[in-house]
Amino acid sequence: MKARVLIRPKEGILDPQGKAVERALPALGFEGIEHVRVGRMVELEAEGPERLSELCEKLLANPLIEDFEIQRIDA
Amino acid sequence: MRWVVLQFPGSCDERDAVRACELSGGEARLHWHEDRDLGNADAVVVPGGFSYGDYLRAGAIARFSPAMEAVAEFAAAGGPVLGICNGFQVLCEAGLLPGALLRNESLRFLCRQVELIEEPGGERLSIPVKHGEGRYWAPDEMLDALEATGQVAYRYAPGQSPNGSARDIAGVTNEVGNVLGLMPHPEHAVDPLEGSTDGLRVFERMARLARVAA
Repeated sequence: MKARVLIRPKEGILDPQGKAVERALPALGFEGIEHVRVGRMVELEAEGPERLSELCEKLLANPLIEDFEIQRIDA
Repeated sequence: MRWVVLQFPGSCDERDAVRACELSGGEARLHWHEDRDLGNADAVVVPGGFSYGDYLRAGAIARFSPAMEAVAEFAAAGGPVLGICNGFQVLCEAGLLPGALLRNESLRFLCRQVELIEEPGGERLSIPVKHGEGRYWAPDEMLDALEATGQVAYRYAPGQSPNGSARDIAGVTNEVGNVLGLMPHPEHAVDPLEGSTDGLRVFERMARLARVAA
């Protein structure tokens, strides 16, 4: 199976990357865009979905500071 | 006093750390991360650098190396472990220290001399920082607990925090106190030529712990 893992900074944690992107937008003519948060996306292929969550908690995300979401991509 | 300084692919401060251990009055040797046997170490240093290229998150991959399994056992048995900069990040990722290190508030890599306040005691130390991801963060209730149990070992002096760390925290210990991590680089402040020898105090602090553990 193919899967996509979305990892984002937890609510309430300052995300300076998101802030920097947000600040750059008006100069490019994009108005009215706020609360930009920058995370990571990992694509992978696994034999099965069983251990994906454990894999995310142990390596792909740091559960103290990041939330993750596993999306299954069925080809 | 026998120090072991770990070396990962991407470490860059391990030789300075060896020299600092020696200047503080011990013997020191480098230890490749694939080697699980720490030998007769009295204390371990997890040095600064960019282990595994900082891929994924700083310290996230280095924590799975065989040497880090051995360090976890060594720490659980009361052995003193000092993590500097990337080493601090590795120890947090490994769960040997509380909290996490996030991207500096400014998004800039910083390299400058800062003043630290040592706790307990309040001694001021002049030690350099050089990092891009040094903003210490933990949930408020965890920070309260760290302060209540005396686990905050170093703070940036008022107004000198370079990175936006929670409560100006520059270094913390584990609950027992034998594992210490800090973002500033004491191994770069051990010789008058470097402008400060205050970093030696950090190595001496670990050496005292080793004597207690022995």
